[in-house]
Amino acid sequence: MNAIQAEKLTKEFQIYQSRKGLSGAFRDLFNRNYRTIRAVNEVNISIPQGEMVGYIGENGAGKSTTIKMLTGILQPTSGDLKVNGFDPHNQREEFVKTIGVVFGQRSQLWWDIAVQESFTLLQKVYRVDNQKLLDRMIDVLNIGELLDQPVRKLSLGQRMRCELVASLIHQPSLLFLDEPTIGLDVLVKENIRQFLREMNKEFGTTILLTTHDLTDIEALCSRVIMLDKGNIIYDGDLTRLKQEWGEGKKIHLELDQEVSLSHLGQLTESLPVTWSKNEVNKNLFTAQLKGNSITASEVLSLLVTSGVPIHEMQIQEVSTEEIVRKIYQEG
Amino acid sequence: MLAMYREVIRIRFLMMLAYRVNYYSGIIIYSINIGAYVFLWQAVYGGKPSIEGFSAIQMATYIAVSWMARAFYYNNLDREIAEEIRDGSVAIQIIRPYSYLMVKVFQGFGEGLFRLLLFSVPGMIIVSFIYPIQLTADPIVWIQFLISLLFGFIVNVEVNLIVGLFAFFVLNNQGILWAKRFLVDLLSGLIIPISFFPSVLQKIFAFLPFQAISYIPSNTLVKGLSFDKWLPAIGVQFVWTIILAFICWGIWVKARRTLIVQGG
Repeated sequence: MNAIQAEKLTKEFQIYQSRKGLSGAFRDLFNRNYRTIRAVNEVNISIPQGEMVGYIGENGAGKSTTIKMLTGILQPTSGDLKVNGFDPHNQREEFVKTIGVVFGQRSQLWWDIAVQESFTLLQKVYRVDNQKLLDRMIDVLNIGELLDQPVRKLSLGQRMRCELVASLIHQPSLLFLDEPTIGLDVLVKENIRQFLREMNKEFGTTILLTTHDLTDIEALCSRVIMLDKGNIIYDGDLTRLKQEWGEGKKIHLELDQEVSLSHLGQLTESLPVTWSKNEVNKNLFTAQLKGNSITASEVLSLLVTSGVPIHEMQIQEVSTEEIVRKIYQEG
Repeated sequence: MLAMYREVIRIRFLMMLAYRVNYYSGIIIYSINIGAYVFLWQAVYGGKPSIEGFSAIQMATYIAVSWMARAFYYNNLDREIAEEIRDGSVAIQIIRPYSYLMVKVFQGFGEGLFRLLLFSVPGMIIVSFIYPIQLTADPIVWIQFLISLLFGFIVNVEVNLIVGLFAFFVLNNQGILWAKRFLVDLLSGLIIPISFFPSVLQKIFAFLPFQAISYIPSNTLVKGLSFDKWLPAIGVQFVWTIILAFICWGIWVKARRTLIVQGG
């Protein structure tokens, strides 16, 4: 059984449009204009148990709406949806026992009372009594000292670690993370990622992660689903994404003396390379390698054997960030 | 299940304790309110032994009892729900394996219990020293009163749930909340006992749930209703709890379908 199985999942919203100006506002009192917006458009998702999947897209692409349908908060307009074998919206109370959710921008802990009290209440809510797991999570995420403090006194990083424990207190088989590392420092991020990997390995927890921080995805997920304007535009391996969309490596060179661009072009004629020159510092050149068919050393050996005076060099890998930016821009 | 609701009540207790100042200032505000109405009614009586079946002492007692009862049944569930809907945090509630409405009811109960024990009881003792009131010593009347008070609490909570859930449809229901608060205080008999209203209005009020909140319990204690008069009164409260429960449920089901989570 797949953890998530969605077919032609669609969500439409009625959006109220206000008219312009005072007379428009007056007309709005009696007769409102509505426009239907399709936030998620016939999306197919299937995620097997135990997989860690990154779910990315621009702001407003429909990610949060999808997550809200998958967690049973919103009712889909149409389409078939089975999560952990349940219909999330109609079998809500049974279903939500099998999932954990962290909304990075929204706290699920009780603001005015100590963290420990929130945990106790959640244990009662989920009717679980697994102190061992709780102790271990507290240990791994290093929040033992925070337990007797009210949530409102915690820093963002401290709170987020507590949120994670709260979402996993009932050992759900499926975990939704909506921007869990937003605004966190590097150490806390690493701590959280390590913890998630551990949970995934040990309990086979399926994780669906939405984020704008692609390093999260690189660190955790083997598969990404990319959403744009309510449609899935990519679903598959992270490495394949790089191959398909990546422009290849770049070599930055600093030469001892100025060389003409055409000269460099002639030297590397046999290879798919384009050269460009830094406009400020005349000794800086950049070679853009096309695709993954050639290596940087091929280019360099050609240059060195023809006596180009290389002073410094730097090879730049394509970052996921860059690829995603390119995809967003091209739509 | 029960353990969970007990925990909900306990958490509410803790939260109330976190805001102690509210609690102290509440006692003062209630004492002032009681004083103001007691003196007002003394002026109205002006030496007359009784009006509309209330003696002057019964009237003072009625005011003190109904304000202290208000400390128990009054809560801001409507505002809390409206706020949760407005800022979208209702989403967090929906992903919990419990009934949102039931948890709200028990939160309200935790709050009410806190104020009954730490506010109404000491407050009543203080007030009985200051103002000319007379409370019965008959334990049966007290039991009748407590049962009636519990029903009054449930009816008030249900009214609050219904008003709060309106936020699902209009998204900003501040005005409705204010109107409701005033209506409940007036029509429940807190400010003026129902029997003081013109008979036409009394007949209309008989078809509204509000007198089940305050008038019936307070009247039960002050007048010491006999059993055969008390039973139909409790019956009215019971019927309202059932009717309003159905309305709450209906609105909740409809609201869940049209839910739009605001802000991300």
